[in-house]
Amino acid sequence: MNSPMLKIENLVMRFGGVVACNDFTAEIKEGQIVGLIGPNGAGKTTIFNVVTGVYKPTAGQILFSPNGIEQHQLTGLSPDKIAKLGVCRTFQNIRLFGELTVLENVFIGNHLRVKSDVFSTVLRLPHYVAEEKRLYEKSLYLLEKIGLQDTKDEKASSLPYGMQRRLEIARALATDPRLLLLDEPAAGMNPQETRELIEFIREIKDEFDLTIFLIEHHMEVIMEISEKIYVLDHGVLIAQGNPSEIQRNEKVVEAYLGVG
Amino acid sequence: MREKNKRHVTLLILALTILGLFLANRFLDPYKVRVINLSGIYVTLGLSMNLINGMTGMFSLGHAGFMAVGAYTVGILTMPITMKEMNFFMQPIVPFLANVEWGFLPALIAAGLISALLGVLIGAPVLRLTDDYLAIATLGFAEIIRVVFTNTQSLTNGALGLKGIPNYTNTWWSWGVALVTIWFISYLMRGTYGKAFLAVREDEVAARAMGINLFKHKVMSFAFGCFFAGVAGGLMAGLLGTIDPNMFRITLTFNILLIVVLGGLGKIGGTIIAAVIVTAGMETLRFLDESMDLGFVQIKGIPGMRMVVFSIILIVAVILREKGLLRRPKGREFTYVKN
Repeated sequence: MNSPMLKIENLVMRFGGVVACNDFTAEIKEGQIVGLIGPNGAGKTTIFNVVTGVYKPTAGQILFSPNGIEQHQLTGLSPDKIAKLGVCRTFQNIRLFGELTVLENVFIGNHLRVKSDVFSTVLRLPHYVAEEKRLYEKSLYLLEKIGLQDTKDEKASSLPYGMQRRLEIARALATDPRLLLLDEPAAGMNPQETRELIEFIREIKDEFDLTIFLIEHHMEVIMEISEKIYVLDHGVLIAQGNPSEIQRNEKVVEAYLGVG
Repeated sequence: MREKNKRHVTLLILALTILGLFLANRFLDPYKVRVINLSGIYVTLGLSMNLINGMTGMFSLGHAGFMAVGAYTVGILTMPITMKEMNFFMQPIVPFLANVEWGFLPALIAAGLISALLGVLIGAPVLRLTDDYLAIATLGFAEIIRVVFTNTQSLTNGALGLKGIPNYTNTWWSWGVALVTIWFISYLMRGTYGKAFLAVREDEVAARAMGINLFKHKVMSFAFGCFFAGVAGGLMAGLLGTIDPNMFRITLTFNILLIVVLGGLGKIGGTIIAAVIVTAGMETLRFLDESMDLGFVQIKGIPGMRMVVFSIILIVAVILREKGLLRRPKGREFTYVKN
């Protein structure tokens, strides 16, 4: 039996006296879309930050298995190493390279896979030029995928909000991830954009053979695309299951609406 | 097609530079040639500092220190053996350097490499700091170098400085190195490593999440900047013929910073133009220091007046053009070799 792609075991994250995440355990299988929901301040983004190495967890472990055979312990690794293993993310409060162009943003996502050393890039040795050309084509392809090919030379910060979100996803895709973590991809989008986003997530999942872990507040997004949902409240896992189970779960309803 | 045009423009600029230098050497007086030399050196300095501060976003103020290392390396390595004996009369020079007399090119390369090595050694602990903390740490480091050079009598001849360094630097050297620097940094910034530097500047958290090893890239950028600072320091030694530790005070760093800010952080073309304007401007404004006769009033010469005027020009320039002299065309860096 293949090991799951991501296995989070008894994760604890304390900031001083605040317990942002207490004894969280979850499992994501290859090819799944898994949702993580919970009221504001429940600790969802903290879990993403721990998985991607921004924080070092107080206790617990995270195991990542890109191909079902080898297993990597992610706890204690730096964010760039985790990205190299194939875990990439987007940010809740968009973090693009604002002063750079749209194309450059995506192109930078490729950098971690560049094999040439810095001197061959300066001397523009043939093997680097070939590599760069391939990466530019890949970046352009990704831009076309998200429909931003016409704005490739615009400054990233000049894009409208929804496009910036999509650009972040394209930049993450450029790193060739196996597991993609999306932190509120539909935040601030109107219903039309949200519909497009759902289609888009499905499309990239199939095309790039991804496994997706996402945080989202838009219930229609979560309920429609997730195969499995984890619900977090005050750092504690209160429910897990498929969308229909979650909708019927009393604890979840309580957490969201309060006790009547 | 466009690629080809750019190559033509590049070659044209190169040819014009060579022609200009040739004509300048032929027809201008030594003083003007010296200003041209200084401009070339400041182009290198400005670009190397812009790589660190403007492109990678590390606020470093250690440039004078790295220049000092380069200048002393070139000074000690190129100085004739007899000259060394004359210089080191207080204490003889350390034996392993007493009998070396290198050519200018290997000495310049050594200056760059030693400076870069030092940059890596200093950078490894210091580049973990950010913003003002980094500025203070690097500033302190530059001062340490100066103090060390003042006290290592048998290596640097201490406060007496070095005199009689061969005047190898001419316009071909200073502008040759400047062109190499322009080429190196333009091509560096065009490739993925340069783009990664920009990413580090823009957002460190996002850059790390995209798999960019912050530490490695910061140290790399810092080392390249230090390399060119060291080479420029070496050129300076070859131009002046005399160096002493007090030349490499903080004010020197600020002169370069002025060029970088005026040219625009992160901009190659702007830095080149600013370097030339600032260097030439400092010289042409010299008349302000002398006494002036305006016919109805006689103004007594006030030494330092040109610095006041220059500062005013700078303030006006920064207010009117906060992003540097050259405004960036639609989301792009101005570099004459661009992708």
